[in-house]
Amino acid sequence: MKIKVFVTPKRNVLDPQGVAVGHALESLGLKGLKGTRVGKVIELELEAPDSPQLRAQIDKLCGELLSNPVIEDYHFEVTGG
Amino acid sequence: MAINIAVLQFPGSNCDQDAFQLFASGLGLATRYVWHKETRLGGADLVVLPGGFSYGDYLRCGAIARFSPVMGAVREHAAAGGLVLGICNGFQILCEAGLLPGALIRNSSLEYRCMTCELSVGDAGPSFNPGALGARVRLPIGHGEGNYRIDEAGLARLESGGQVLLRYTDNPNGSLGSIAGVRNEAGNVFGMMPHPDRAFERFHPSRDGIAIARAVLAAGFPESSRQTA
Repeated sequence: MKIKVFVTPKRNVLDPQGVAVGHALESLGLKGLKGTRVGKVIELELEAPDSPQLRAQIDKLCGELLSNPVIEDYHFEVTGG
Repeated sequence: MAINIAVLQFPGSNCDQDAFQLFASGLGLATRYVWHKETRLGGADLVVLPGGFSYGDYLRCGAIARFSPVMGAVREHAAAGGLVLGICNGFQILCEAGLLPGALIRNSSLEYRCMTCELSVGDAGPSFNPGALGARVRLPIGHGEGNYRIDEAGLARLESGGQVLLRYTDNPNGSLGSIAGVRNEAGNVFGMMPHPDRAFERFHPSRDGIAIARAVLAAGFPESSRQTA
């Protein structure tokens, strides 16, 4: 099965990278842009069946390693169980 | 009393020798390296986490180093009241490890900033204050991710608890409150983006690093400021 973890800067935390990318998008002609946030996607491939325990473990690892709760939010999607 | 300094080395640390020299030749103290795979600190009084790019800054600065085997020993050392100093990447690691509050993100300019900064000294305890260090010090910085962030409640706690060590007089990176360095509530864990380890030789831009290192040591050993070279 595959797990996709999405990590994004928290709404109330300044995202300098997002601001810079937003400016570039505007200079390329994109109108009406209200915000740009740059995050990351982490893809995991596991040989294990989906289970509540596994999801709880992934959730814990997202908070401990894959994201920093001071500055980032995360969520994850499970596909192909 | 002989004070022992341990300078940690992570894969990608690159200021480990600078930090070593600050304490060994700048202050004349017994100093040694401790590789990140070690699980003991060998009775060190002060543990220094040096600057660099541990684990290539992959994922986030300091995020992977935080889980190095040696960090368990650092955690125990800190919990027992032992002194810890994180410089630059070392500061980032201590924040990731939760030993210091807050986090460091990309500079607001998106530029890597390499320059000498003037810093105002915070009133951050009996050894680290303008009386001991002077109102201003000058130290070099060199970082792309030194933009200090913390939530409002956390910032209020830092300010009211006198935990801010240093502030930039001309903010180079967008840090909240122009914060360049903080200590923990107990006053034994210190972290800063500026480099005292690049400010102690005659050819360095300043020699204020010596006073900073002494102020950190004096937090645990009040007599040390008089005994060291």
